[in-house]
Amino acid sequence: MNINAPLEPATIDVAQVAVQSRGYWSTVLERLRRDRVTLFFASLIVLVLLMAVLADVVAPRDPYEASMIKRLKPIGTEGHLLGTDETGRDMLSRLIYGSRLSLFMGIMPVIFALLIGGTLGIIAGFVGGATNMIIMRTMDVFYAFPSVLLAIAISGALGAGIVNAIISLTLVFIPPLARVAESVTTQVRNLDYVDAARASGASAPTIIRVHVLSNVLGAIFIYATSLISVSIILASGLSFLGLGTRPPEPEWGLMLNTLRQAIYVDPMLAALPGVFIFVTSLSFNLVSDGLRSAMDIKV
Amino acid sequence: MTLGENVQDRGTTEPQKTAQSAAGRSLVTVNDLKKYFPIRGGLLNKVVANVQAVDHVSFEVKRGETLGIVGESGCGKSTTARLLMQLIAPDEGDLLIDGKRVGPDGITLREMRRQMQMVFQDSYASLNPRLTIEDTIAFGPTVHGIPQDEARERARELLGKVGLDPNLFIRRYPHELSGGQRQRVNIARALALDPKIVILDEAVSALDKSVEAQVLNLLMDLKRELQLTYIFISHDLHVVHYVSDRVLVMYLGKVVEIGPVERIYTAPRHPYTQALLSAMPSMDPDKRADAPPLAGDPPNPINPPSGCRFHTRCPFAEDVCALKPPTLSVVDHESGQLAACHMTDPASGHSKADLQEAS
Repeated sequence: MNINAPLEPATIDVAQVAVQSRGYWSTVLERLRRDRVTLFFASLIVLVLLMAVLADVVAPRDPYEASMIKRLKPIGTEGHLLGTDETGRDMLSRLIYGSRLSLFMGIMPVIFALLIGGTLGIIAGFVGGATNMIIMRTMDVFYAFPSVLLAIAISGALGAGIVNAIISLTLVFIPPLARVAESVTTQVRNLDYVDAARASGASAPTIIRVHVLSNVLGAIFIYATSLISVSIILASGLSFLGLGTRPPEPEWGLMLNTLRQAIYVDPMLAALPGVFIFVTSLSFNLVSDGLRSAMDIKV
Repeated sequence: MTLGENVQDRGTTEPQKTAQSAAGRSLVTVNDLKKYFPIRGGLLNKVVANVQAVDHVSFEVKRGETLGIVGESGCGKSTTARLLMQLIAPDEGDLLIDGKRVGPDGITLREMRRQMQMVFQDSYASLNPRLTIEDTIAFGPTVHGIPQDEARERARELLGKVGLDPNLFIRRYPHELSGGQRQRVNIARALALDPKIVILDEAVSALDKSVEAQVLNLLMDLKRELQLTYIFISHDLHVVHYVSDRVLVMYLGKVVEIGPVERIYTAPRHPYTQALLSAMPSMDPDKRADAPPLAGDPPNPINPPSGCRFHTRCPFAEDVCALKPPTLSVVDHESGQLAACHMTDPASGHSKADLQEAS
């Protein structure tokens, strides 16, 4: 509808309801709907999530049930669609149950880091000055270590276990999220509409809530989505090294570890958990990319 | 130091009297506003220099008038506006609204911001892209405790006032509007708190000429209807001439001349004002200037020239100009025109001082 068109009584009913134009998020959804690659990988994520939630229903067997005579059966064996592992447990069931822990350990650290790092970054960006300096220089200290090394070091210091692995991964992801949050907040803070809000007498928390969050959360959220893929890989890595989940818990990284001796016997079987890790993390990465381009609306 | 004392320097009693009686009527009084932006450098982040953006600026705005502020880019016009709104904290200086000082012993910052609002130059950057027009306009009133419904009702009413059909625009987003429409929304937002004073910082400069004229006329209508007082900042001398009652000329962070618009445009006393006005394009081909009125760029505000800041480009500069900064003093008692130039001060020692006084 041409908004510059002259208002003729014939076409504009005075009593008509206010024109509702499409908001930002509905525009984003509309753009996502047309992005087939993102839709495909988003549906893969939904599939993995469903798999995790409905593991009890969809898993054909008990993931802990071992059988010494059925060890390392190849993919396609009767009764074991994806074969069996080194203690004869059903691979498909373990992979399905494994998605629970793998996703949990991949997503939780990112959510915690998003809350902590995002808050720190937004405060640093909005307040600026000495506060910004203290927060961001502290974050820079963590940057001095490679992320994998830092995760291993913290996990090692805290001891093995799921909770400790999540804590260490959270600490790894806080600095990059804080940095992204800080940089987008700094950009927004200097725009005139924030000044206009200040000029209307609003307090800093109100300005952040109404004017800053709506303009920075998108960028921070996209970045966090892309971190989930890294987190899944790092969590698997920690489990692989024996710092995350402990056997016999099914977890993709741990399965990859325990199956590594079998790589000469049945490489396909040994690589299966790796395939799941790869596909899931790739999906999160591509969906994050798709979200980024869908949300990048030049308004 | 008040403006009255500032004027008193010349020793005459009459200017003081006019300044004082004017203070009674003035709605906004600015005394010795100063802002230096530090430039930090070196290993220890020490302040190595200061940008003297606004340097001891004093002026007043009378109730119901439009004060135009003109000057080159970088002369401190916009900084002055932001200092008035306290968007940047001033280093020194007082701001009085209706005779009451803004500060701990006077009215609060919040109250001041209810009475004085600002329209920004960039109509796009000054609207939150995620908020509808309605939410943008209603934001200010809700901050000041007006219920949501009432604030929204007010937003609709104001949209109508600025010439936009509320039914069509209320739920739209800024990117769906044209530049002129956005600036109308900005004006509506500024009026939402029912202010007495509106600072218009280059509010029409980014609009194309026909839209600019419409918005200017809208501003004039609103001023009359709502009994507003404007501080109109612009680099466009024609527009300032059209809207202003009085004009303030700034150069490198200092006020060089203030006076009624006709006095400033017909009988400017400061050489900078004269140069500025001669740079105004004329509609008459015979009056077109071939030679540029001033050579070179304005000096660096980090290390402004000594004495009179204009002496490096002034065609009448003499030794005294580099030594002693001129004070802003009355040059025309009748109209209350003030200028800061040694040539208008017989006691300054400038060779042209007597000549100017005689004319």
